[in-house]
Amino acid sequence: MSNYYVRRTLRVFATIFAVATLTFGLIRLLPGGPFTQLRAQLLRQGVPASEVDARIANLQNINPNAPLWQQYLDYMGAVARGNFGESISLGEPVARIIAEAVPWTVFVVLVSTILMFAVGIFLGSLQAYWEGSRFDKAFSGLSIALMSVPFYVVAVISLYVFSYQWGWLPTAGTVGASVEKELSIPFLLSALEHSILPIFSYTLGGIGGQALAMRGNSIQVLGNDYVRVARLRGLADRRIATRYVARNAILPMYTGFLLLLGFRLSGTVILEQIFSYTGLGYYMFAALKANDYPLMMATFLVITVALIVGVYIADLTYSKIDPRISAGGSDEAY
Amino acid sequence: MKRTEGDESSTLATDGAGVDWRGSASSSVTVTREERLREFYEENVLKPMIVAWSDSRTRLGLLIIGFYLLLSLVAILGLWREPSTSQAPRYLMLFENMKYPLGTTASGTDLAALIIHSTPDILLMVTSGGLWATGIAVLVGTVAGYKGGSVGRVLMSISDFVMAIPGLPLVMILAITFNPKNPILLGIIINVNYWAGLGRSIHSQVLTIRENNYVEASRTMGVSTPRIILKDVIPNIMPYVTVNFVFAARYVVFASIGLFFLGVLPYSDQNWGVTLNFAYNGGALFSWSAAHWLIVPMAAIIGLSIGLILLGQGMDRVFNPRVRTRLTGESESTASTDEKDTGMTEVL
Repeated sequence: MSNYYVRRTLRVFATIFAVATLTFGLIRLLPGGPFTQLRAQLLRQGVPASEVDARIANLQNINPNAPLWQQYLDYMGAVARGNFGESISLGEPVARIIAEAVPWTVFVVLVSTILMFAVGIFLGSLQAYWEGSRFDKAFSGLSIALMSVPFYVVAVISLYVFSYQWGWLPTAGTVGASVEKELSIPFLLSALEHSILPIFSYTLGGIGGQALAMRGNSIQVLGNDYVRVARLRGLADRRIATRYVARNAILPMYTGFLLLLGFRLSGTVILEQIFSYTGLGYYMFAALKANDYPLMMATFLVITVALIVGVYIADLTYSKIDPRISAGGSDEAY
Repeated sequence: MKRTEGDESSTLATDGAGVDWRGSASSSVTVTREERLREFYEENVLKPMIVAWSDSRTRLGLLIIGFYLLLSLVAILGLWREPSTSQAPRYLMLFENMKYPLGTTASGTDLAALIIHSTPDILLMVTSGGLWATGIAVLVGTVAGYKGGSVGRVLMSISDFVMAIPGLPLVMILAITFNPKNPILLGIIINVNYWAGLGRSIHSQVLTIRENNYVEASRTMGVSTPRIILKDVIPNIMPYVTVNFVFAARYVVFASIGLFFLGVLPYSDQNWGVTLNFAYNGGALFSWSAAHWLIVPMAAIIGLSIGLILLGQGMDRVFNPRVRTRLTGESESTASTDEKDTGMTEVL
């Protein structure tokens, strides 16, 4: 049993290591490679040709003239120390940019995903209770309609209506330009105001799928014998609803929640672009456009690590939450 | 996701498809090929179609998809004018001029022509992406699940790794690297790592399927592994795979249009996403008079995904005996703990 946890934890590190290697390879896949563009840029800025290589090494922690394996070791060593080099387009250490961007992204993704699940579970369980009723049919239709609207369409429409046409909410940014970046009431209010539209558009489309999943799960649980027995025992409806049905119906959605958190992190590339919301996805896209490889690879790695940790937590805790399922399990070879 | 081993009642073997298959194979000794084909057609094509058509949602989904196929036929046969700039007055509203029913853009391009002429490529991309994702997922999931042991572990480790790579950012990097203009290749690139989550859940289903008696019988009879997978395992997961094909296809629609909208993917002709991008950057956000420029491509995207989702829902209804038995009023409880729709796949 404990052996499984050790193996699983080791695999997390192995995966992160593999993804870091992959990013190293991807940099080299990109047109022109990591250095051509940068070299041209530095020369244009008037850096003497003799110093260009040193500057590149400084920016990316890689000596462009070293053999590939040496470059690889340097890169991995720097990443392991949390040193991602310096952003080419922004001229700041990548680690600092990311540290500033991560809280915004985490805030939006976490809040919208929790909201999405909460509303979806609520609607889905109501639908299951009144299965076949007009309410159920109407909301099933609504859920399907919501599922078919990509979040960026919601984002563009809400930006159009609420920000540009009605002027209720800000059109871009994470906080107002005049607000001090410190923990104060005006700062929090401004941050909240700026996050309403991104959170709203990232939540709305996801509700449908969760509601339908919850509805299906609940209907299935409601048909179980133990629910009938609970009814026969004369338990209160509220208790059956929460302790018997909701608990078992939500259970399979739990791993989905953690995985979705990770997946939705990568969706912020599109979301934050629309709202000019300076989070991870925003910088990832900006770096891609500006050929800013150090920043791009660092954002890629951070999003990946978040995803890996999400899956890891899901795997480890699922057997704790659902005792019917044992961790690891046997696998006999055929 | 965790395996649910030894949970006999949860196996998919009792599903409709499993029964169908066994029915046709046990009698295969005496019937002719033609009869078997007819039986196959009735069990796998005709009956599902009847069930599907009887459900209003599936019917609607089929009609919508049919409409898009019709649009692409119109484009291929050249029944509608090609889009070009200054072919019409600028900023015509919806239905303002019936010659250009969907209005025109800032450069005087017919929006209807833009939408119609990009439909074939989008459908091609969606199909190739869906086939790629489900094909690889079935291959990896069944082999890993059936073989188990070190083969299974290696395959699952690979899919865990692939699953850990964030989809959209990876697609963006690959798109810039390979610059794919071919819609088929583009569909594959967009779903390049979609198969991993699906493969993992197929794997956990196969783990229960392989414990079935008839699989064990085939094994002791010395039937080869590919044949067991093809004949004994895959028929059980087919319903699940078909439903997920639709969801993979929907993901291609969402992701591709989103990336076209951002301007990341290369394009030769304006498609829905590029039109959306032009509208967004062309100032359609600032005035009501250009709103249709945004709305028309959005409607095209939403329409296609509604069609796909309705179809997926209907397929679930066709294949899922749980839903089917409930519909017919039987109260048979299937105490199953299979985690089918728990979001293993990416959602946009």
